[in-house]
Amino acid sequence: MVTVSAKIRESSASLVPEAELIACPQCDALYHAVPPRPGERALCTRCHTVLIQPRKGAGLRVIALAVSVMILMLGATFFPFLQVRVAGLHNASSVFDAALAFVDGPMVALSVAVAALIVLIPVLRAFLVVYVLAPVVFDRSPWPGAIAAFRLSETLKPWSMAEIFVIGVAVALVKISDLARVDYGPAFWMFAALVVVITIQDGYMCRWSIWKSLDKEARK
Amino acid sequence: MPLVDLEIIGQGSPQVSDQPVVTARSRGLVACTRCTRVWPMGQDFCSRCGSALVSRHTRSLQRVWAWWAMGLICYVPANIYPMLRTRTLFMTDESTIIGGAVEIARHGSFGVAAIILIASVLIPVGKFIAIAYLALSLRRKVSMSSHARHKLYEVVEFIGRWSMIDVFVVAILSSLVQLSAVASINPGPAAITFALSVIFTMLAALSFDPRMIWDNPEESHP
Repeated sequence: MVTVSAKIRESSASLVPEAELIACPQCDALYHAVPPRPGERALCTRCHTVLIQPRKGAGLRVIALAVSVMILMLGATFFPFLQVRVAGLHNASSVFDAALAFVDGPMVALSVAVAALIVLIPVLRAFLVVYVLAPVVFDRSPWPGAIAAFRLSETLKPWSMAEIFVIGVAVALVKISDLARVDYGPAFWMFAALVVVITIQDGYMCRWSIWKSLDKEARK
Repeated sequence: MPLVDLEIIGQGSPQVSDQPVVTARSRGLVACTRCTRVWPMGQDFCSRCGSALVSRHTRSLQRVWAWWAMGLICYVPANIYPMLRTRTLFMTDESTIIGGAVEIARHGSFGVAAIILIASVLIPVGKFIAIAYLALSLRRKVSMSSHARHKLYEVVEFIGRWSMIDVFVVAILSSLVQLSAVASINPGPAAITFALSVIFTMLAALSFDPRMIWDNPEESHP
């Protein structure tokens, strides 16, 4: 366990150029942005928000994971997710069907919201991350709109709810277990894998490094 | 006062330090909460990521209260009206959120009943109380330290999304259980008001500016 405790630095903020400063978004504490070694994390000493978290080869890995999110989601959306059997009757449902469950009547808006939360937003985020990182990883200048794209991806983060959907499935299974027999379809396992991949991908992303690499002034 | 260094850790948990820190605001700088870059006070947009710059969202409290009230208003019908309409050959059953959880518990699945009660009752109610407490604590002296209140804020922000479980359960059941006359499950009106309530409280939590928790110096180190 390597723990280097914080020590007072002699440098004064007025001497450090603004571009080398970093402020904690949670508590406004100001620091001299010194990137830690790969694998280490730089935390705000006051509220322990992780501010910088570089990983070796993170860019390429994040792209690979984001691409697999898109592929898995394609399968997970349209293959049967759960199958139910009651008294000889049979019905299979895909994630797509679940999203469209509210289409009848006044609940269309809810259908759109559910589809967005569990399918569209996770896929869109994966796509945006690839769009932002692909040129950066290969040392090209960012593609047009990359800054807006990454901002959108970050804004959408709390609204990506694939993992919550998986828990919802578990609850739904128990709810109808005495009404009918339920089997998992292939999409269930794809969706479960998807949640793991999204979590790993988020862990590899160092926001500070990405914003720095998109910085127009710094690239000049 | 000189700047404090970032705390660098490999593995393990961070140390609790009560060392006073320099804030961006005290240096006449405004921080971008999106990309953490700092700019001179008075600049309106971050030149790096394009986000709007505000040193403190002083008016954000109005927004927090507005979303909070909307969420609370939607939460009431969400508990009164049925969430699910289950039709089997012989009967039609309408269950509310709490009614559904009680039903599951009666069948012996206490774990799942607990998940539903926690996600649909405990978390939303706790969230209403927590957001109101955090918003009120900015205006008056409270016994809870800034550290504890910030932790509370992080918990509220992290856990709020999980209330959507029940909406997803309704969506899954209504698409899956459509077996003509034998059995069918359809969403009730509470599904939409509950979803709205969760979305509004998430917006309330997102509108809150956590930097204001730390602003009062004598409260941050009680």
